Amino acid sequence: MTVLCLTELEPDGGTVTDASLRALAFSRSLAGPAGEEVAAAVLDAPDAALASEARAALAAAGVRTAHVADLGEAAGYAPLAWARALAQLASTGLASTGPASAVVAAGTDHGQEVLAHLGAITGLPMAANCLTAARGDAGQWQLTRQRWAGSLTEEAVLDGDPALLTVATDAVAPAPADTPAELTVAPFRPALADGDLTVRAAVSAERGGGVSLATARVVVGGGRGVGGPDGFGPLEELAGLLGGVLGVSRVVTSQGWRPHRQQVGQTGTRITPELYLACGISGAIQHMAGCLSAKNIVVVNTDPDAPIMSHARYAVIGDLNQVIPALLDALRERQNAVR
Amino acid sequence: MDVLACVKRVPMVGGRITLTEDGQEVDTRMSGFTVSPHEECAVEEAVQLTEREGGTVTVLTLGPPEAEAQLRDMLALGAGRAVLLETGPEEWGPQSTAAAIAAAARATGPYDLLLFGNEAADTGGYQVPVRVAHELGLPCVTGIKTLEVTGDGMVAAREYRGRQERFGLPRPAVISVKEGINLPRYPSLPGRLRAKRATVERLVPQARPDGLRKAMLTVPARESRRAEVLGTGPEAVPALVALLDELGVLP
Repeated sequence: MTVLCLTELEPDGGTVTDASLRALAFSRSLAGPAGEEVAAAVLDAPDAALASEARAALAAAGVRTAHVADLGEAAGYAPLAWARALAQLASTGLASTGPASAVVAAGTDHGQEVLAHLGAITGLPMAANCLTAARGDAGQWQLTRQRWAGSLTEEAVLDGDPALLTVATDAVAPAPADTPAELTVAPFRPALADGDLTVRAAVSAERGGGVSLATARVVVGGGRGVGGPDGFGPLEELAGLLGGVLGVSRVVTSQGWRPHRQQVGQTGTRITPELYLACGISGAIQHMAGCLSAKNIVVVNTDPDAPIMSHARYAVIGDLNQVIPALLDALRERQNAVR
Repeated sequence: MDVLACVKRVPMVGGRITLTEDGQEVDTRMSGFTVSPHEECAVEEAVQLTEREGGTVTVLTLGPPEAEAQLRDMLALGAGRAVLLETGPEEWGPQSTAAAIAAAARATGPYDLLLFGNEAADTGGYQVPVRVAHELGLPCVTGIKTLEVTGDGMVAAREYRGRQERFGLPRPAVISVKEGINLPRYPSLPGRLRAKRATVERLVPQARPDGLRKAMLTVPARESRRAEVLGTGPEAVPALVALLDELGVLP
């Protein structure tokens, strides 16, 4: 038996995505106790032999077999075709190591979508954003998984052979295996049904320029305390000075003060900066779900009892509309002194 | 264009989330319920589409009798018809929910488009729209942030890892959307009055076993801390500058 892990590559074809490395680490935690091996399903490789960097990364992640799909002219992302390929790998002798006991994917848009299709094709249940999974009695699995984007944990029982699981990627580290595996690359051509390629992605080039909210090293946050659409200038200026970007709370976007793409939270972007300077944000759980991976949360807020205080390392008690301009003055003065 | 928009009633939670004593539910005695955010955007998108293209919007939910309140909220946004798949107080899993919605779509349709939220705010299952699409034999795409109607289809797009993915789909289709695809309107007074008077159709969905079953909910143990206060008002700025310096984020 095998734990089969959907593994995505970066567009360069050589790098395994960070989210997939986390899914592979999770897959090892399932395979190890049962003495099974981890196989990767690579469905977006430009080269059926895999680039040497990709082979090295998979071996380091403990993958023994990489099944590399040739989707013909369908190369690219087609969720139903990808699910069909996984279904074939999981069930048949295509996998040299026999059928899969679990099919795992990262909890990304692609991972959730493909595993949902796989669940629908096979009639099997699927559990999203798992934190842990262990084999129980009678073919059942004991899981913990995220609800409310991680604000709650659910203990659940999953039937299903194989188990279909996506991984809460913010909860599993992308650590390499203790000992690297000897990797075999096994090309295969999935048998697709009519309509499997009806829905497929046409991908545009990377959005140019600027730091993205998801990967920024510094995020300066603004919430209800900013007071209105015209109050974000100082926060943007501060973000610029610190080499970061502006992020906002949901109330700010639902009021139309700022565009939704700047929203941090459960229904916006999840951020992982070195510093999150949250100004005038009370800290609803939906907001905290998007920023708890920040290394340091520093708060500027008038309310010393705001919920965000119990998540932050440091706080300034005060009105951001006074504190931030004063901070900008101090930073400018400091820059001038350096010159 | 006739659109079915499916929504879910979820607890309204703020700064803290607390559970009932048996660990089975979110404690809502002090809060209440709302429509899951992505799904409110699905209804707004359906209303905007029919404002442009003509047609009807039917809003549907599966839930307890009290979910009628959320359907009326969506009628106030501009949906014309509401269907409640009435269940008991127990939670339905993704497979049984999807089967019930697909059966209801057949019974109340036909529709040119079925819109959903990408995932429910509470359970976060990420699969009901896809399962409904398979039950109905329709094409499907999830997580959509822009949607255009073309001659006999749709073009749907989203962002994935910094790149835009565009999908062409025929109609009918199943599409799940994310918050940000639009900014839901505030219900107008006439809309609210109409919603109050409107009839909510009730159907009894057929229960079936689910392969994923909740045993217990817990609040994850997080390092409980209290922020160290650097100071009050602008007088705290020197301490704040020193901290930013220490964190290595100053230019």
